[in-house]
Order: sequence, then C-alpha cells, then structure tokens
Amino acid sequence: MIKERFDAIVVGAGPSGNAAAYTMAKEGLKVLQLERGEYSGSKNVQGAILYANALEKIIPDFRDDAPLERHVIEQRLWTMDDTSYVGMHYRSQDFNEERPNRYTIIRAQFDKWFSRKVREAGAVLLCETTVQELLRDSRGKVIGVRTDRGDGTVFADVVVLAEGVNGLIGQRSGLRAEVRTDSVALAVKEMHFLPREVIESRFNLKGNEGVVIEAMGTITAGMTGTAFLYTNQESISVGIGCIVADFEGSGQTPYGLLEAFKNHPSIKPLLENSECKEYAAHLIPEGGYNAMPELYGDGWIVVGDAGQFVNAVHREGSNLAMTTGRLAGETIVWLKRRKEIASKANLSEYRRRLDETFVMKDLKKYKNIPAFLHGTRQVFGVYPQLLSRAAQTWFRVDGTDKLSKEKEILKSFRKARTMPGLIGDAFKLVRAWR
Amino acid sequence: MHIVVCMKQVPDSAQIRVHPVTNTIMRQGVPTIINPYDLFALEEALRLRDVIGGEVTVLTMGPPMAEESLRKALTFGADRAVLLTDRFFAGSDTLATSFALAAALTKIGEEFGVPPIVFTGKQTIDGDTAQVGPGIAKRLGFNQLTYVARIVDLAPEVGTITVERRAEGGVQVLSTRLPVLITMLEGVNEIRRGTLEDAFRASRAKIVTWNAADAGITDMTKCGLRGSPTIVKKIFSPPPRAEAAQLIATIDQSYDAIAASVMSEIFKSQPALEDDLMRFSAGP
Repeated sequence: MIKERFDAIVVGAGPSGNAAAYTMAKEGLKVLQLERGEYSGSKNVQGAILYANALEKIIPDFRDDAPLERHVIEQRLWTMDDTSYVGMHYRSQDFNEERPNRYTIIRAQFDKWFSRKVREAGAVLLCETTVQELLRDSRGKVIGVRTDRGDGTVFADVVVLAEGVNGLIGQRSGLRAEVRTDSVALAVKEMHFLPREVIESRFNLKGNEGVVIEAMGTITAGMTGTAFLYTNQESISVGIGCIVADFEGSGQTPYGLLEAFKNHPSIKPLLENSECKEYAAHLIPEGGYNAMPELYGDGWIVVGDAGQFVNAVHREGSNLAMTTGRLAGETIVWLKRRKEIASKANLSEYRRRLDETFVMKDLKKYKNIPAFLHGTRQVFGVYPQLLSRAAQTWFRVDGTDKLSKEKEILKSFRKARTMPGLIGDAFKLVRAWR
Repeated sequence: MHIVVCMKQVPDSAQIRVHPVTNTIMRQGVPTIINPYDLFALEEALRLRDVIGGEVTVLTMGPPMAEESLRKALTFGADRAVLLTDRFFAGSDTLATSFALAAALTKIGEEFGVPPIVFTGKQTIDGDTAQVGPGIAKRLGFNQLTYVARIVDLAPEVGTITVERRAEGGVQVLSTRLPVLITMLEGVNEIRRGTLEDAFRASRAKIVTWNAADAGITDMTKCGLRGSPTIVKKIFSPPPRAEAAQLIATIDQSYDAIAASVMSEIFKSQPALEDDLMRFSAGP
C-alpha cells in the first residue's frame, strides 16, 4: 500500500485522461495518473484528426510545440460504389489561418507530448501499471484503486475513469454494463509512407496543408461504417471501420475491407508506391447518447471513450474526450476549492457542465442516428449505387435528351426503393438528424 | 554489497529504418529500449542484492534522453541511477566508451561505495561487439567473467565468486576473486516487475547526472570521436532475402485450398522444389 494520499487518481493516459490530469495538476491538485501501456499513447489508435478548439481550452499555446502533421484545408466527403465516387469537396484558403482549426496528427507522438505537459504540470504518471479494481469504503464510495503491481493499492478522494472504450474497470466494479457489440465499431488502419513532395503533388498541397477524405458506401459491404484517408507530413493514414455487431456472421473481415478500400480505383492511385509501415486496430464507441453508461457516482467520474463520448456522424471523438476530461477536472477542482467531497450529488455538477457544452448537445441531437443506420441499411449499399448511377447518367453525353435522363434517374430510385420507401427513409433520416 | 549494472539505451531494432538514399540508420522516431541483454544483468544484480543486501546502481552513458532508460531500470527496482552525458562523448567507439565508463565507475566508487561486482549484458543489440564489458574490466583491473549463465556461489566474506559460463562445446564452472566484471547471457532469468512503491520512487527519483569533468575525466583526447580509433567506412543494408508479403484471402476457402494456393505460389519461384517433393512423395 502506498501511504501517500492523492486528491485524484486518473485511470488512463489518453486524451481524456491527460486532459483531466493536466487540468487538475495545473490547479495544484495532487494527481496520480496510471497507464497500463508502456507510455502514454502506446495503446491508442486514431486516424487521426486533432480539433484545435478543445485542446486550446486546455493548453492555449499548444501550437508552439505540439507535434502536428498538417492543418486541414480540404475536406472531401465521398459516397462510393465499387467503381466510382460521388463527392462533395470543400477547400478554402481561409483554413490557412494563423491558428488553424484542425490538424492531422500521429497519436503516438501527440500523446507523448500531451503526457509530458501533464507531468510538467505536476501530476505523477506511472506507466505499465494496470488498475484491477476500485476500492470502496463501507458505504460504497470509491476511495482508491488496486493495481497489478506488488503492494499496489493507493487512495484518493476521487477516481477519474479515463480507461477507454471497453470500460473494463467500470464493468468489473459494477458501475456499468458490458459494451454492446452494436455500440462499438471495429476500425483498422494502416500508415503508408510516401515522400513529402509526392503527397503534396498528389493532393495539390503546399507546405503543411492537408486533405481529409471521409467515405461511405459499398466499401463497407452493406455494414454500418465509414472509411477515411488522411494526409500526414510524410505518410498517409488509411482506414475503415464498421459496427462490431454487423461483422458477426457477415463473413467480412476488417482487414479484408481495408484491402478492398485500398484497391478501390479512386483510392489506389493515391497510395501508389507507398510503403505500409504500420497496421493497427481499435474499437470506437459509436452507440451515442443512448448507449452512455452512468457518468459519475460516489467518488468516481467517467470521461472520454469510456463514457461513449464520440460523435460518430461527424467523426469527432478526441475533442469530446479532451472536453469531458477538462470538465471532469474542473469539477473536481471546483469541489476541492469549496472543500466539498466527491459525492454523487456533488459530482452531478459535471453532468450540468457537460449539458451546457457541444458535447451533450451534439450527442443528444444525434441520439437516434445509430438506430436509423441500423434500420436503414440502404444507406450503405443501394443509395450509393443509385447516386453513382444517377451521376453517370447525368454526365454521360450520349444523345439522350435531358428530360429522359431525369426520368430515368427518378425511375431507378423508385425501382430500387419504391416511392413510399424513399419517402420513409428521408422522413426517418430527418427525424433522426433533428 | 554495492553492485553496479552498466546499461545502454538502444533503438528498438525491430522497428528500425534505414534511410533509402543515404543508407544510414534513421534514429529519429524509432522508439528506444534498454538493451535487452542488459536486463538479464540487472535482474541478476537485483537477485544478488535481495540475498546479500546492499544497493544496485545502474549506470549509462548516452544523450540526455537516456534518462528514460535509467528511470525504467529504477521501476524494476534499482536503487540509484547515474547518467554520464557530455557532448565530448559523442561518437565514442568501444575503446572510448569503456574509458568513460571505467572513469564513472571509479567515481561511483568514491561517491557511493566501491562496487566489488559490475555487471553488463553480454553485448548490445546495436553495436553487437561485446567489447565494452571486457574493456571496463581491463581498465579497472577487475577479473572478468563473460557469457555467464548462472551465478553458482558468491562468498563476499572471502571475496570469491563461482559462475557457470557457457562456452563452445559445454559449460565451464569458473571461480575467481572479487572485484569482478560479469557479462550476462540472455535467457537466464526474467526481469521482475517492480512494486508500486518502486514505480513511485522511479517517477520521482533524481537521476545523478555527470558530465566528463564530474566523472573525473581530464584527458579529453580519450573521449568521443577523438578517442575512437575505429573508423566506420560504410554502412549498408543487406538486400532483403524475402519477397514482399502477399495477402491471401482466407474467406470461403477450405484450408486445403489455401494450402494448395500457397504451395503453387512457392513452386512458381522454385520449380525445382516441386520436382523434389514429387519425387520424395513417390518414394524410391
């Protein structure tokens, strides 16, 4: 047993745990952070995009020394079938601003940087130390943790569970249920190395400008999921992910989907002559608002992926993780200043603060989207095909008059989905989106 | 008893890249680890300490970032860490390295107690010379026991040690008098997991950091590049022996079908093998 007592123990050193630990340590709290990996970031996988705003609220001058790859000036949204894509691209010189809005990053490097900031702020980080269970007093309040190291118990006023998507400690401690397979996506990704100049000429970039492609369609073989391609300085991250429940019995494998995506005629030329240096896989919580576990209790509080804080529709996660980590940290600091204990009632302040931010507002807005996608598989098969065919009919000049082309397109939609079906899908989407 | 373990922080050779144009090793971005052979030395030192009492000091020479490795050694349970770092040491070969480490060991003796036993791993995974350990022994006038697989007996009161040394064609049992330098073989023990207390101590420990002058080194001509007669003429990566890997689809195929497609792929590049196998299976 460690005799020293801490104001807070943070379990996990990903973005949410680092945000929480930094916020508290900076305000002078005694913070212990425990990470099962060899270093912060060693267990993490993300595309990855860093949204500046969430980090700015924690470390305003992060741009000075954080390892950033490229700032994103162009976003491509693609709907793909087997041979084509229909895309919406947005590129703007405005994104070349002094303080860009988002960046591509390499998480292993970024997390190490963030972790250094946490330690410089005064938190104690112990790596390769796995928390096995939460310790409670006779009334059930969480008062510390037991780790897998010898003599490994340590006590604190509050435990911040930033343990990631699986939430194993929460589960083992009876604070939450097991993550459902329809609430998590399994994503795989590869890093492909290419010389800087090649990336810049392939994507029409200068300096540290970057491009992001997000894609959906037949590439996920009818399953709920998306694919991505991000440009880093000297590499390209390419990946694909689908809801785990959809993989069950589908005969599909994540790496199979990724191979197919990489070989899609629209993607293959972008990766040509690159060298794959890294393969990684991870779970992403995509159940949204309705899949959230309890977020706080007597002596404990949940942040980041462990709380299902991911906006799957907008591909946002690490910004929610950092924001929830910061808010949990601020709540604990606030209680400490008022000399109040971390009881369930007092920690409800965390939820109140969450509700005021984009985190809860967005998650509530999209709370019905997972169910919509689950019930409307056409989104990942029939519609991309129809869209592609429509575009081809429209753009192909073959002597057919335009009115006939319009009729043909409309007919193809009606035939594939029937008129009531089309209206029903649109209605369901609008309702889920609101 | 005070025991010192000399360690080296090395690039994780499993993840190393060679620059395609210049053929030099690209150290940037490659994760570093404690030279794996040194961990066997550290564990052996910790075991001796647990039995006979005393302290284990870990010593490394390297850039300031080598502190990470020392901290890690502390989480395993070492008591003290000394980092020898100075830009004068840059470019050291094994001769210059053993010179600097021998000086630091002498200084450690003055500051923290003379170590009758100094450990190193049998070699490093980046240099692979296995020269630094014996070099230190020679400079300090220690007896040396290399490629040690097991410590059979240590009698501090009479000042003797008996070990098993793996040699070509067998195992030698050797006894010698302290002080001694031991280079440990791999696979002879498993590095322990430090307690939570060790982890705490490591995260807060102050690493003793010495430059050349601190270590009592005055003759700079024996340090770093100047003190290194070894000249690296050329570094090249050997041509890969294997072809690029190929993804084989495993869905909707029986194992026999997969095996058959793998074999036919192999036969394509090695037609002679197919004939041999056919002949073999047909019998004499």
